[in-house]
Amino acid sequence: MANKLLELNNIEVIYNDFILVLKGVSMEIEKGSIVTLLGPNGAGKTTTLKSISGLIKPERGEVTRGTIVYDGKRIENREPEENAMEGIIQVMEGRRIFEELTVEENLKVGSYISGNADFDMVYNYFPNLKERKNLRGGYLSGGEQQMLAIGRALLAKPKLLLLDEPSLGLAPMVVKEIFNIIKRINEQENVTILLVEQNAKLALEIADYGYIMENGRIVMDGEAEKLRQNEDVREFYMGMTEMGRKSYREAKRYKRRKRWLT
Amino acid sequence: MLLQSLINGVTMGGIYALIALGFVLIYKASKVLNFAQGELVMVGGFICLALSEFLPLWASIVLAVILSALLGFLIEKAVLKPLIGEPILSVIMVTLGLAYMMRGLVLAIWGPDIRAFPQLFPPGAFNIYGIVIPYVYLGGLLLSIAAIAIFILFFTRTTMGVAMRAVADDQSAAMSLGVSVEKVFAISWAISAMVAAVGGILVGNIYGGINVNFAFIGLKVFAVVILGGLDSIPGAIVGGIVIGVAEALGGTYLEPYVGGGFKDVFPLLLMLVIMAIKPYGLFGTERIERV
Ligand SMILES: Nc1ncnc2c1ncn2[C@@H]1O[C@H](COP(=O)(O)OP(=O)(O)O)[C@@H](O)[C@H]1O
Ligand SMILES: [Mg+2]
Repeated sequence: MANKLLELNNIEVIYNDFILVLKGVSMEIEKGSIVTLLGPNGAGKTTTLKSISGLIKPERGEVTRGTIVYDGKRIENREPEENAMEGIIQVMEGRRIFEELTVEENLKVGSYISGNADFDMVYNYFPNLKERKNLRGGYLSGGEQQMLAIGRALLAKPKLLLLDEPSLGLAPMVVKEIFNIIKRINEQENVTILLVEQNAKLALEIADYGYIMENGRIVMDGEAEKLRQNEDVREFYMGMTEMGRKSYREAKRYKRRKRWLT
Repeated sequence: MLLQSLINGVTMGGIYALIALGFVLIYKASKVLNFAQGELVMVGGFICLALSEFLPLWASIVLAVILSALLGFLIEKAVLKPLIGEPILSVIMVTLGLAYMMRGLVLAIWGPDIRAFPQLFPPGAFNIYGIVIPYVYLGGLLLSIAAIAIFILFFTRTTMGVAMRAVADDQSAAMSLGVSVEKVFAISWAISAMVAAVGGILVGNIYGGINVNFAFIGLKVFAVVILGGLDSIPGAIVGGIVIGVAEALGGTYLEPYVGGGFKDVFPLLLMLVIMAIKPYGLFGTERIERV
């Protein structure tokens, strides 16, 4: 791939000097694409995003092996501000709206590094927010908070947008809407997106490429289209199996997982 | 008589509020309880006093405020920053240590005697329907209102100010948008020392003279923030005025009966009573660890 924006080469991440969470993760993200990173709770998806954005640093996390190359430069263990300034913006899990600040003030923080106060661009994608611009962030619905989190990240002029479970806790309708907008943002704003999700079905619909992570390792990767057809993915992550008894499924899951891990 | 002490009280209260805003700002941004806020008031006052010996008063005021900002900035960089992540008690001990150092320094340079403070306002008083308001009070009131207004505008209108509130709200989320938390901490100390210096200059004008005991104004400021809630800006403003008025009324109406000095004790008594009813202050929202 000539047009690589980001490359993780066999990275290892350790928290607090001894908790090993990522055990050799490699990924590639092409400029302009949407790549999704799937996997169960605790797999290390959030840690992967934070090691790219630098947000592992304040949590006493460190990339201890391997390299992260962004736009041709090595960036592992850099300060989060520096990464943000170069266009790596993470939308954290759980939305993390500034609850005491109004919607517009939240957006203003988004414009902190870019100086880009084009709030209308955000309202264009998320018209709901415009009506609520003077409301405190804490009073928004979950869906609106997710929109605000994405909107304020957009104002920071991201080249690489890291989205951590934007569907978490939202109604299916709202999730659909937000995913459509993510796709539009990718196309219209020229933003490359790394999307972490548990909702594999929707994520694989908008993504070009997918990685599946378990227990700190990538266990499978491929074109989104291929992953969507893959039997294991359909069963474990898309809940599309017609298989009957749960115990059987559990047994099989165990077997398949083992196969992936070896 | 009543109206007059009310006006005096509101004036002092406005200044207390201003100084307390600095304390609240540091607490909100970095959860550090700055026990040296009163000393910053004192140092700001003395810097102005020293500069006025060879500069015009207005220039010494401006310069004193700027130098105080620098001092606050340096204190954060040199003393507080290395302590990020340390237990709250060690950080408190360090701010107490800073307080003693500043007092020692002022004592070493200027000695214990009271020094006349350069007067910004003309002597005399404004007389309206028999209510006499000394110009120094009127001026102090107007300037403290102006300073509080600038403070509030900064935190609601400017991107830097809003980003600082964002850090107070959710540090990691602010970092994810490129806000430098280190910078925010340092700027909160700078601003806090600035408002302390403005407060010091205004109170210096009202007192007429200052010595090292000027730092005890910090006690009133603690009363204000405990009353208003450590993390509340409206709380600091309301608390400041309540304490200022209580002090003035206590001085006018109660001191003749219970003896001198009651003026200084009354606000603390009032604070204790209110604390018994509202343990987190009038406006404090969070559960705050009591020290
Ligand atoms: N700050 C941290 N300190 C120590 N361990 C952590 C920290 N953050 C996450 N972990 C651990 O790392 C593992 C992966 O977590 P995470 O990256 O959040 O996974 P995911 O996002 O896939 O659910 C978990 O076992 C979690 O307990
Ligand atoms: Mg996660």
